[in-house]
Amino acid sequence: MIRQAVHFLDERTGAAPFLRKGLRYLFPDHWSFLLGEVALYSFIVLVATGVYLTLFFEPSLAETHYSGSYEPLQGLAMSEAYKSVIDISFDVKSGLLMRQTHHWAANLFVAAIVVHLMRVFFTGAFRKPRELTWVVGLLMLFTTLLEGYLGYSIIDDLLSGMGLAIGYGVAESLPVIGGYLSLGIWGAPFPGDPAFESRMYIFHVLILPVAIGTMIAIHLGLVASRHHTQFKRAGGKSKLLGSPAFPAQVPRSLGLMFATAALLFLLGGLVQINPIWEWGPYELYLGTNGAQPDWYLGWLIGGLRLVPGFDVTIGEYTLVPNPFWGGALFPLIVLVVLLVWPWAERRVTGERGFSNALDRPRDRPGRTAFGAAFFTWVVLIFFAGSADRIYVFLDLDYVPQLWVYRAAVIILPLVVYFVARRVCLELQRAERIEHDSEEAEAEARAEVATA
Amino acid sequence: MRRLGRWLLALSMLRRGGGDRREHDDDDRIVSAGDPAPRAELVVVGLLLLAALSAAGFVVVYAFDSFSAQHQLLGITLGLSLAFVAAALILGGKRLIVSEDLEEDYPEPAHPQEEAEVVEIIEESRGGITRKKLLAGAGAAAGGTLGVAALAPALSTGPWFDTDPLYETPWERGRRLVDDRGKPFRAEEIAFDTFYTAFPEGADRGQLGAPLVVVRLVPDAIRLPPDRAGWAPEGILAYSKVCTHAGCAIALYRTPTFSATQPGPALVCPCHYSPFDPGTGGDVKFGPAGRNLPQLPLLIDSAGELRAGGTMSGAVGPSWPGVRLRKGES
Repeated sequence: MIRQAVHFLDERTGAAPFLRKGLRYLFPDHWSFLLGEVALYSFIVLVATGVYLTLFFEPSLAETHYSGSYEPLQGLAMSEAYKSVIDISFDVKSGLLMRQTHHWAANLFVAAIVVHLMRVFFTGAFRKPRELTWVVGLLMLFTTLLEGYLGYSIIDDLLSGMGLAIGYGVAESLPVIGGYLSLGIWGAPFPGDPAFESRMYIFHVLILPVAIGTMIAIHLGLVASRHHTQFKRAGGKSKLLGSPAFPAQVPRSLGLMFATAALLFLLGGLVQINPIWEWGPYELYLGTNGAQPDWYLGWLIGGLRLVPGFDVTIGEYTLVPNPFWGGALFPLIVLVVLLVWPWAERRVTGERGFSNALDRPRDRPGRTAFGAAFFTWVVLIFFAGSADRIYVFLDLDYVPQLWVYRAAVIILPLVVYFVARRVCLELQRAERIEHDSEEAEAEARAEVATA
Repeated sequence: MRRLGRWLLALSMLRRGGGDRREHDDDDRIVSAGDPAPRAELVVVGLLLLAALSAAGFVVVYAFDSFSAQHQLLGITLGLSLAFVAAALILGGKRLIVSEDLEEDYPEPAHPQEEAEVVEIIEESRGGITRKKLLAGAGAAAGGTLGVAALAPALSTGPWFDTDPLYETPWERGRRLVDDRGKPFRAEEIAFDTFYTAFPEGADRGQLGAPLVVVRLVPDAIRLPPDRAGWAPEGILAYSKVCTHAGCAIALYRTPTFSATQPGPALVCPCHYSPFDPGTGGDVKFGPAGRNLPQLPLLIDSAGELRAGGTMSGAVGPSWPGVRLRKGES
């Protein structure tokens, strides 16, 4: 039976050699190698639940009046888009489960990518010959951020409208082209042409998912073609040690896929997320206090809030409106620093060879210290975005908090740099001492034995 | 249950027996032989049956609307079913599937022979061409222009080369201020320590330049620039409700409850917390906004109703390059 199937396939596709190799592709065993897989499986859940949601969502800003089963909104004027998502939440059987699972999956997707990225960074897995894998992964991360932003922007609830206003403000703030670009994309001054909803929709459900899917395929293809990295092995062996894709890896990986899906559907069923019926429909003249975006855009809110209030002007010409710094330049710096890192590091260290073996973070104090400082910088700005919540919950005044953050984003990364470097060197030293004492002990024992 | 277990065990033995017919020598095998783990097999079977049970539960909950917590139950049943499959796979992978530690070489980093041949193929392919640069230039011209032509239709999404619409607001001298139901504001209705949202009568209130915040301040708190004399009749002031930083609505009004120690009144945007001083013409007091909140001069007509006394003091909405070149227009 199996023999016949394989023979049938091979005769018609010539796939046998490829299958033979693929089934025995080796995966090194380490838990941290599963982070990327969690992202992949979140993406699968996203596509599955997302397709379901498109069966009911109406990407239209046409005005309608609510008449569904959620009493507090009865008779309220709202867009077809917002109404259809309220209907998905209350009147489509299992609609709320799919919608909440979709939202949780988006959060987990980005989280898994970010943690995976940090693993790759701190172990040096991005080095030659895997720079392209790194670059594609980064582009994927930033595409994902846009995809998530569009996802909660198309709903047309109050929070999505506020988020779009900020996006519009950031687009307008780009030097020279800002005004033209925002009008070009939105079609009219904010809130824009009604067709803007359709533009966001097609990007959210087709263009960006296809782009992300393509990048996933390239990313995985590159990983497979250069094989996995692995941690250094005792005895300096350079061969790849691992368990084969089939049979060992398949049940493990599928198990992880089902576990990821299980977690997401349990969250979707039991933990409320983005209860849009509480925010109400978006009106340009409405805003709400304590609005927070999804976590993965929190760093941009922090960036926008931290910059002191000034526009760069030359006479009457406004060269750089303020949101540019926190909303555009800041993420651009993060992206570019990470993109060029593999080449920058190579320039500094002068290493030109192939690196299949991973570093322990302590063995690369410079990289580890830089990475720790850089991520501290981003995370601090992220937390600055929640200063208003801290004010509400802990009663710490907002203005002094912001001054503390403004100082901290400059000082703390430097401190972290030197501390992390120190820690790495100390860890190395402790290991050397242990190693030396073990050697001395062994020598002593040998001497005793000969005597 | 025990009998079911024995029955399943027997079944699995039978299957194993079936496989034994094609027995290899151990040296011949590609996949190394694993140890039998009949108990683990039973557990895996049990987990898969639980998964089936939970999935059936999902269908039942879906089919009958009589469950009070239908949404939660749907999540639990589907989540548990997936979790049981996950557990079965992971346990099966650990105990039933042979785990092999294999070694292999990393692939050759490069293929010098093929590389050289690729280069050769490309180079030799243009052997018959004499005007390389000319052809390349013409090709680039065709490709580039075609690319521009392909992108040109995308410009239909908006006015790409005209920022005039950004300066527009519906406010002009004489236009009445109305509330969200279209009722005109009377000056005497405007109280201290609260704020009102006003719209231009007879205009689209969904446009960026439309909504205003209206507040009333005591005369002491009003220190408008000299060229704005008369803009605040009876201490009533009107500003654009759209933050000049990133376009959110100014939804907060901070009024001091004890003026000796607290900062003065401020209109605050809840997105990035820029406070604007309504007494001084919308000055930014803190936060990231780089431009004053545009002010609308007010009039009180003979009926005691609020009307615009002119156009906005500046362009409304988030700043763009050129935002300061013109005042707000109607």
